[in-house]
Amino acid sequence: MALAPPITDLEKLKTHPALASLLDWNPGAIEGVKFDRDEMSIVIDRAHIRDACTLLRDHREFAFEFLSDVTCVDWYPSEPRFEVIYHLLSISKKERVRLKVRLDGSSPVVESITAVWPAANYFEREVFDLFGIRFSGHPYLRRIMMPEDWNGNPLRKDYPVEGYR
Amino acid sequence: MAHLTPTPVIEPLQDRTMILNMGPQHPSTHGVLRVILEIDGENVVRIMPDIGYLHTGIEKTCEAKFYQQVVPLTDRIDYLCPLTNNLCYALAVEKLLGMEIPPKAQWLRVLLNELTRINSHLVWLGTHALDIGAMTVFLYCFREREDILRIFEMVSGQRMMTSYFRIGGIALEPPLGFFEKVRDFADRFPSRVDEYENLLTGNPIWLMRTKGIARITAEDAIALGATGPTLRGSGVDLDLRRDMPYSGYENFKFKVPLGKEGDVFDRYMCRVAELRESLAIVKQALEGMPEGPIKANMPKVVLPDREKMKTEMEALIYHFKIITEGFSVPAGEVYQAVESPRGEMGYYVVSDGTAKPYRVHMRAACLANLQTLPLMCEGRLIADVVAAIGSIDIVLGEIDR
Repeated sequence: MALAPPITDLEKLKTHPALASLLDWNPGAIEGVKFDRDEMSIVIDRAHIRDACTLLRDHREFAFEFLSDVTCVDWYPSEPRFEVIYHLLSISKKERVRLKVRLDGSSPVVESITAVWPAANYFEREVFDLFGIRFSGHPYLRRIMMPEDWNGNPLRKDYPVEGYR
Repeated sequence: MAHLTPTPVIEPLQDRTMILNMGPQHPSTHGVLRVILEIDGENVVRIMPDIGYLHTGIEKTCEAKFYQQVVPLTDRIDYLCPLTNNLCYALAVEKLLGMEIPPKAQWLRVLLNELTRINSHLVWLGTHALDIGAMTVFLYCFREREDILRIFEMVSGQRMMTSYFRIGGIALEPPLGFFEKVRDFADRFPSRVDEYENLLTGNPIWLMRTKGIARITAEDAIALGATGPTLRGSGVDLDLRRDMPYSGYENFKFKVPLGKEGDVFDRYMCRVAELRESLAIVKQALEGMPEGPIKANMPKVVLPDREKMKTEMEALIYHFKIITEGFSVPAGEVYQAVESPRGEMGYYVVSDGTAKPYRVHMRAACLANLQTLPLMCEGRLIADVVAAIGSIDIVLGEIDR
C-alpha cells in the first residue's frame, strides 16, 4: 500500500461534511486543509475555534458530538510556533476530524472550549502545564501533571530531555 | 523543596464542612490518585481529583528515541493492558509508513489483545470487589489472571511488560504448545465467569452497594469525554472495535454489551459481559488462525529473522542499520485509536521525516473518564466514592504518563 500524497486543495475537499459546514458558516475562518492518510485536518483561525467547535457539535445531520482529545505540537524554532490540535469524533457517523489552531510563540493564547465540551477541562490543563499555552475562559487553569512550583514547560522543544540541571 | 507540600489546597466553603484527603496512598484509589473531598459529616459536598503523582514524562522521552525504541515505553503507560498500547502505537506508525500487515500477525494481535482485555477486567473485578468488601472474588480473579500471565510469559518472555508487537508485525512466532494452552484456558474460563457472577450478581449486599450508585447520564458521559464501559454503562453504543475496525476486527463477530442506568452495577455488568465476548473473540481467532508470515515484507523497517542474518549479507546490513540509525518515517501525522479495556486509547504520532518521532501523544481513556467522578459522587456518601472510583476502572500510569 503506497502512500498517496496529501491533498491540500480546498476545492477538491469541500464535499467533506465537516469542511462543508464550516465553509457554509464562515469561509474566512479556515486557514488551510489537509487530507492525508485518510485523515482530515482543518486549520482554523484562532479567534473562531470555539464557534467552529460549537457548530460542528450541533450540526443537524453530521454532528461531531464527541471530543476525543486536545493536544499540542511545538514547531520551535519556526513560527507560528504552536499547533493546538483537537480531535473530534462523530459517534453516529463513525467519522473523525482534526481541527488545528496555530499560535505564535510570543502570545500563545487561545479561547478555551470547556464551554462546548466539559471534557476539554483536563486536556487543556495538560497542554497548559506541559506547553505553556493559555486557554482564556478556562474555569481552573492550573498545572495538572507537574508540581505547582515547577519551572518551565517540559514538552516544549527548547526544554532539555533530562530537564534543567 | 516547596513542592513536597501537597498542592492544591482547597478551603471549606461552609462552616459545617471539612476537607478530607483521600490518597495518594489510599488502597482504594488504585495507585496514586489523591482525591480531595469536602465533606459534611458522611456526605460529600465537593470532590476534586488531584493527579500527576506518577508523571514520568513518557511523551518527552519518546521524542528522544527511535521509532522502534518507543514500543517498550508504551507498555509502561497502562500497565494492565500493555499489549493494547503496543498495538495502538504499532498501528499508528504503520499507518504513517503505509504498511500492510500480514493476516496471521493481525489475528495473533487480536487474540492477544482480547486476552489482555480479560486480564485487565479480572484485575478490575478483583480490586473493585475488594474495595466494596467482597474479599473472595479477588482470589478467584487472580487465579485466572495467573493463567493469562503464564500465556504472556510463554509468548513474550515477560508477564507484564510484554513489548511483543513490533512495527510491521510481531516479534517472534508463538512457541510450540501456545495455541493448546490458550484453547485450554478458553475451555475452562466460561465456568469461572459463572463463579464470579454467582458470588456477586445476585448478592444482596453487592446490589445495595452498586445499584443506583454513582449514576451518570448518557449526555453527561459524552460531554465529559467518557469512553469504554463507563460510557456504555450509560447506554451509548460505541465500541471502536466494531465501529471503526482496526487490525482485522471486522472479521470477528461479537456483541457490545450495554447498560441502561449508568450506575456502578451497569458498568459492572458491561464488563462482566465483555469478559464473555472477549473469550468468544479469542475462540474465533483460534479457529480461523491463518497461516503465513508474521512480519511485513519491508526489509528497511522490519528486523530480519535471526537465521537470515547468519546466511544473507543484506539481512545483516539492514539489521545493523535499523539498530544503529533507526528507519525514517515519511513526514505526516496520524491519530490512531483503539478500544482498550478502559475506553478509547489514542496515539497521535507526528513525524518530521527523521528516524525519531517528532511528537507522540497518548490519549488516555482514564484521564477523560476520571472527569466524570465529581458528577458521580457529589451529594453522596464517602463509601460511594470508593465504589465510583472502582467502577470507572482507572489506571494511574495511563492518566499521568
